[in-house]
Amino acid sequence: MMLSDRRPILLANARIVDPSRDFDIVGDLLIADGTIREAKKGIGAAGVPEGTDVIDCRGKLVAPGLVDMRAFVGEPGAGHRETLASASQAAAAGGVTTIICQPNTSPVIDDPATVDFVLRRARDTAIVHVHPMAALTKGLEGKEMTEIGLLKAAGAVAFTDGDKSVTNAQVMRRALTYAGDFDALIVHYTEDPDLVGDGVMNESEFAARLGLLGIPKAAETVMLERDIRLVALSGGRYHAASISCAESLDVLRRAKDAGLSVTASASINHITLNENDIGPYRTFLKLSPPLRAEDDRKLLVEAIDRGLIDTIMSDHNPQDVETKRLPFAEAAPGAIGLETMLTAGLRLVHSGEIELIALLRAMSTRPAEVLGLPGGTLKSGAPADVIVVDLDMPWVLDPLDLKSKCKNTPFDEARLTGRVVRTIVAGRTVYEYV
Amino acid sequence: MNIAPKSSFVLSRRHLLGIEGLSRDDISGLLDLGEEFVELNRQVEKKRTSLRGRTQINLFFESSTRTQSSFELAGKRLGADVMNMSVGQSAMRKGETLIDTAITLNAMHPDILVVRHHASGAVELLASKLDCSVINAGDGAHEHPTQALLDALTIRRNKGGIEGLLVAICGDILHSRVARSNIILLNQMGARVRVVAPSTLLPPGIERFGVEVARDMREGLNGADIVMMLRLQRERMNGSYIPSLSEYFHYWGLDEKKLAYAKPGALVMHPGPMNRGVEIDSIVADGVQSVIREQVEMGVAVRMAVLEALSRNLPNA
Repeated sequence: MMLSDRRPILLANARIVDPSRDFDIVGDLLIADGTIREAKKGIGAAGVPEGTDVIDCRGKLVAPGLVDMRAFVGEPGAGHRETLASASQAAAAGGVTTIICQPNTSPVIDDPATVDFVLRRARDTAIVHVHPMAALTKGLEGKEMTEIGLLKAAGAVAFTDGDKSVTNAQVMRRALTYAGDFDALIVHYTEDPDLVGDGVMNESEFAARLGLLGIPKAAETVMLERDIRLVALSGGRYHAASISCAESLDVLRRAKDAGLSVTASASINHITLNENDIGPYRTFLKLSPPLRAEDDRKLLVEAIDRGLIDTIMSDHNPQDVETKRLPFAEAAPGAIGLETMLTAGLRLVHSGEIELIALLRAMSTRPAEVLGLPGGTLKSGAPADVIVVDLDMPWVLDPLDLKSKCKNTPFDEARLTGRVVRTIVAGRTVYEYV
Repeated sequence: MNIAPKSSFVLSRRHLLGIEGLSRDDISGLLDLGEEFVELNRQVEKKRTSLRGRTQINLFFESSTRTQSSFELAGKRLGADVMNMSVGQSAMRKGETLIDTAITLNAMHPDILVVRHHASGAVELLASKLDCSVINAGDGAHEHPTQALLDALTIRRNKGGIEGLLVAICGDILHSRVARSNIILLNQMGARVRVVAPSTLLPPGIERFGVEVARDMREGLNGADIVMMLRLQRERMNGSYIPSLSEYFHYWGLDEKKLAYAKPGALVMHPGPMNRGVEIDSIVADGVQSVIREQVEMGVAVRMAVLEALSRNLPNA
């Protein structure tokens, strides 16, 4: 099988975009021994090492592989929804070369042995890089912080309670303070559960017409505002896991202007869809946080373009039939996204809402920087995690073609433009579109 | 055998409520006096009469074995009548206020009251309502002056002096009265003080106490002459200030490896009671660099010195 081939690779005549250094040229990229040798014009013409696999990428984009900061993978405990193997197949097909899996598994990833299990399991079964986040509090209960020092030493790249907020401000303050001693990143889901209550979608006229209980934007801003004040008090490194509304952007801007170590993500869903896409109670668009209004979506995209929001993540959350084929209010929230995040993001590029390099930066360079991982760049010596994309290929998404074990995609039957044609992880081609 | 001590040092104040406010001469005077009592305590005949006829009440609102017995022995060796009152038996349990307790005790005409209380400032409050001398045996997270004095005496006897030494105080600084008294005393005597703890166990503003601050033991113990470990107050720890005892020991517990960051021959100290395997490894606690048992011995001597020096100031002395 050629997929395990480690011969040098020359991606020739491509448009090479490296957001880590505002680099956008037409030229060649040489990969050898699992690392990027160089990217410039005329490498192929000057002669490449014996046995190099020369791939003509004329008219195609070459960019760093995506680093997805937020994906739920079912291992351990929910392998029927997704395994590290199936998630990594989906990731490779979507151009994601690094998955950051979430700790809300069963058992929860809250001790060093479980971190070790995930890393070993990923090494043995996954075809892309996998790094776990560990729980911020034991059992995700929001009461006692986990062994942040030992977990980080075991390989946890950040600390989060997944899709739960730590409501106890004292616990959050101490965790931020303590994590600071280890320079550990805290990733926090900002949604006040009491304000969410029984809400199932954005609080709006549309929700009222559908007869569904709403979730106010304040549920997010109240928690984010609280967190920022705690960061100011404790000085930890903080990342807002999933921003959904315009009001949160003001809070973020103030935090960044004040020089706090604060970064934020938005999901691909929140920058490409809005609450109206729910239409006739489509449960695949029931998300946490909920899809907001079109104005929110536009402002989120603008915030990414300007770098106020640092990263775009998939928020990949596989749900099977029995959790989704239910009345809207009873269905589980979440959508898969690993395989579609780039192609969905390209919609914004094609419509002129965001620069290509800004989109790629938010999906590769910035998440790698925020997490302190080596990817997200095409600089010489960097790991050869690279994607080749046909930016203009039109296609219609057929859920049955998806690699993910669950098919709950909000882009069901969507007409898309642009797709990943090759994914290279550590110098090895792990996915090829034929 | 009843020879008066050579030192005629008088502590020119009625109470000893803290190290704060003591001059360098006060501290040296108490340590010199303590030195004499160390010798006395090593003899068969340990009895003195300087407190004969005096009544000393040990009022402990917080249980303590070593401090209370140390004060009891100190008082008895100086000839005082010593009475121990602990909160379990006292009327405070029945709802009496601190002030009422003070008034009641005052009516019994004690000469010296030794008080430990769980609330910072409680000893000072009592002292303001009493006619006798009051010695603070530890109030909340505020001060524990006799502990700092006994630590100083231990250091001085082992290192020949205090000035210029680098003392690393490690662990739960936030809740520690021992740390506060030691920081004040050591600064007053010209030592360099460094505190070492996770940020959650450091009080805000600690860097303005005249100490260096380190968050990890390698940096914190580097070049230290003295490594002073503090007891982790386990009852309020788990998950709140630190994630677990095992992580705490891994990063901040004193073991041989971490002790090696300090100067060769650095002293290991601990005010007790120790949590072995939490803040200190048994091998280190019982090792050649440990002076933990000597600290207990110095405790009795220093408390005798405090009682003696204060008693010289009592009416009719």
